[in-house]
Amino acid sequence: MATATIRPRLAPRRAEQKLTWGNPVVYFVALVVIALMLAPVVYIILGGFRTNAQITTDPAGFPAPWNIGNYFTVLFGSVFWQQVLNSTIAAVATTLGAVVLGVMASYVIARYPFRGRGILYSLFAAGLMFPITVAITPLYIVIKNLGLMNSLVGVILPQIAFALPVTIIILVPFLRAIPKELEEAAFIDGCSRIGFFWRMVVPLATPGVITTGILAFIGSWNGYILPLFILNDASTFTLPLGVQAFASQYAVDTAKVLAFTSLSMIPALVFFSLFERRIVGGLTGAVKG
Amino acid sequence: MTVRTHSPSPRRVDAVDESTGAGAAAPAPARRRPKGQSWRTRLEITVLVGPALVMFLSFVIFPVAMAAFYGFFRWKGFGPPTDFVGLQNYLTIFQDSAFLEALTHNGIIVVLSLVLQGPAAILLALLLNRRMRGQSVIRVLIFIPYVISEVVVGTGWSLMLQTTGAVNGFLENIGLGALKQDWLSDPAIAMWTLMLIITWKYIGFAVIIFLAGLQGIPEELTEAAQIDGASFWQIQRRITLPLLGPTVRIWAFLSIIGSLQLFDLVYIVWGQYVASTAGTSTMATYMVASGRNSGNYGYGNAVAVVMFIISLIIALLYQRYVMKRDTEGALTEGKK
Repeated sequence: MATATIRPRLAPRRAEQKLTWGNPVVYFVALVVIALMLAPVVYIILGGFRTNAQITTDPAGFPAPWNIGNYFTVLFGSVFWQQVLNSTIAAVATTLGAVVLGVMASYVIARYPFRGRGILYSLFAAGLMFPITVAITPLYIVIKNLGLMNSLVGVILPQIAFALPVTIIILVPFLRAIPKELEEAAFIDGCSRIGFFWRMVVPLATPGVITTGILAFIGSWNGYILPLFILNDASTFTLPLGVQAFASQYAVDTAKVLAFTSLSMIPALVFFSLFERRIVGGLTGAVKG
Repeated sequence: MTVRTHSPSPRRVDAVDESTGAGAAAPAPARRRPKGQSWRTRLEITVLVGPALVMFLSFVIFPVAMAAFYGFFRWKGFGPPTDFVGLQNYLTIFQDSAFLEALTHNGIIVVLSLVLQGPAAILLALLLNRRMRGQSVIRVLIFIPYVISEVVVGTGWSLMLQTTGAVNGFLENIGLGALKQDWLSDPAIAMWTLMLIITWKYIGFAVIIFLAGLQGIPEELTEAAQIDGASFWQIQRRITLPLLGPTVRIWAFLSIIGSLQLFDLVYIVWGQYVASTAGTSTMATYMVASGRNSGNYGYGNAVAVVMFIISLIIALLYQRYVMKRDTEGALTEGKK
């Protein structure tokens, strides 16, 4: 059911000609898989339109009648918007930080010949092996000693640091692919390395930069364990913490929890559908790099 | 730390460089003779890499190093640690049955993630890797669970999997009421429930990675095989799968590391206390429950170190023995 509603919206965007219909078996398998993938999401969204009485009588039913009250309660309260704002600030700052620092470092690793650049690359690449979970306990102490508890800065700085490995791994092959001839031509024309960086590298790297930016943004937007440790004050909560707090506060009000949950996943879904190709492309780059 | 050696001694080549000026020719000889870099190049390297390196060292490397230090203390997190206990924390960890259970669970999750997601994702990627209508829409939809945050996924699934939740309700509605289960708290099936959620959440990622890998395989190969009369499945088995090897190995690596660090989903669905009785606790939930949540920061850091070392050993062994051929190119590329 969900595929039927989403397909017409996305289909016109693509203008590929000469595409044939594939094997019906393939479509059948794809439909089953997609139904399995979307069912829980659809359940959460539809559940928000039901009342608790409806959910108790038939946990797996459709809204009858549709009830928009849960969504209105969440949308007209200040809690949700405060958390959207916090999440947005954290995600935008993380993205900018990771991209700016990442491009600069990748440029050096990709195009400056110097001893130790292999070690430098391996050092950042090693960071990829250790997600934030493993460092969270000591990281919490570092942030506490810096006096950054309960502030978004305390979340943003570590997020930038942990986004750097992916950013660098994706961008280095990208920047290395810029032809040497281009660089030599620029130097002959009197361009310095830094000038080359600003005038050629930054514009040419834009696709890779967007990809890494999106990955950093989504990582920050969905991040849970770091905010869990750093943000204890409800006014600083990001959306994931907010969802959890809301779910335990209104544990008996399932419908409202479902409404809150589905509203909180909308931004990520919108963001993803806008940049879907970039994200997939970025993962391709990461695997090949 | 390795890079800092470039900045302190830039004076040596000053004179040479100033005579040529900062203009056109300066960087060119530098490339031919890497040892004779101008101070300017060094400055550029420092300025460009410096900020990223400082961030990375202070928020990734430094905390891990500090964990190794704190792990030797009994410490409640206030003031400097003074109660040095040597290896006591580590002894306690490996004598605590709760940790050993969590470690076992991590092992099960590592294996089951590979076994459940790998073949299914490869099959799906093979099926979807042809030009056909609706291909990109299918891709996007399969990928959606991966984009949704763990908290939303956990909250949604935990509501659906309650005894009075939607999954049991659905089974009853379609006449399979006999299959109703206590999905979350029955220790016999809680692990499988967790694997269901993990598979649902992460298989899209595997499919996308594999599709990307498949797209890197030149079409000429499959076309040639087709002309030689090979069937679709023969082509997949003899040509596509072997060439997909590096991609599969990288995915497996990411999956293993992710499984070892699993925290969010378990912590949200099972909470900090239920996870151990339901048999889904992981090293990370153990670390948070016995460290931060009970105020024993010295102990929590020791658990972090153990997790770190286990992950590191597995990562190194994997890279050494499984990804050897794949990483060789990547690493040597960085050097020259």
